Amino acid sequence: MEKTPANIEIIEKYCKGCHICVEFCPTKVLEMKGFVASVKNLEACIKCMQCELRCPDFAIKVS
Amino acid sequence: MSFDYDKYIRPGKLPHIWCPGCGHGIVMKGLIRAIDTLGLQKDNTAIVSGIGCASRLPGYMDFCTLHTAHGRAAAFATGVKMAKPEMNVILVGGDGDGTAIGGNHFIHACRRNIDMTYIIMNNNIYGMTGGQFSPCTPTGAKASTTVYGNPDPAFDVAKLAIGAGATFVARGTAYHATQIDKLIAEAIQHKGFSVVEILDDCPTTYGRRNKFKSVIEMMNRLKDIAVPVKAAEKMTAEQLEGKILTGVLYKEERPNYTDEYAKVIERAKK
Repeated sequence: MEKTPANIEIIEKYCKGCHICVEFCPTKVLEMKGFVASVKNLEACIKCMQCELRCPDFAIKVS
Repeated sequence: MSFDYDKYIRPGKLPHIWCPGCGHGIVMKGLIRAIDTLGLQKDNTAIVSGIGCASRLPGYMDFCTLHTAHGRAAAFATGVKMAKPEMNVILVGGDGDGTAIGGNHFIHACRRNIDMTYIIMNNNIYGMTGGQFSPCTPTGAKASTTVYGNPDPAFDVAKLAIGAGATFVARGTAYHATQIDKLIAEAIQHKGFSVVEILDDCPTTYGRRNKFKSVIEMMNRLKDIAVPVKAAEKMTAEQLEGKILTGVLYKEERPNYTDEYAKVIERAKK
């Protein structure tokens, strides 16, 4: 069975660039682009939701 | 699947005022998930706070909310609960607001065992007012008013709550995000005064004065010092040195204040 690819939405208006999502992603999907987080390697995402859970700014949505 | 936080947040209120990396947002998310799990109704739930960074939380929540005087969250919340005992009352605040300025209200709310839930976000400092030391600032730590190191020992909020008579006491950390909503949900369900202490990080006024290079370092510290209660049972006192227990620390059943007061009203009517 093919797994459905993840969709990571980053609301740049809310992101304050604290690095929490980038640092605690177990598969290193995210990176910092300037002051905000952005997706670097979407294929590696295992949808563990750690970034969404730990984002203090309500800026990440994983589906 | 992504959790829809937006339906519990007042439209147009985000982004919030908390600094980059502040754990208060993580706690707010946990509170929202707990409320969603329990299916609490917006017009039957009051969220009450005092003053401080953490006390800004009710402003973002689309519930009945009260933003009150510094340290007086427990006093106002007691009023709400006495007037409307069927209402779910949740208090939020920081360590300075809850244990120093509101310390008296806090211990007496514990003693009375009023059916409310108090979420204390303990970031070891007064953040909003400029980084003054609070009763939860660890010994030796630097704050704007203890530049040579804090000589005072810190309060253990959980032990204080247990000693004062709270009937449900739990502790979590901002790092352990999945645990926060479970602890808060259990606390809200508990009939009596429940206290949930969430160890938090304040990178702006605490972290930079105490040699934390980044938010990540502060988060990793929370990860390192936290030991679940069950794991701690198998550990020696030496291994537990410098660690902090997390999970449900104390639970007992005791008559709660609103029920007891209803009996007083009945007696007075006779």
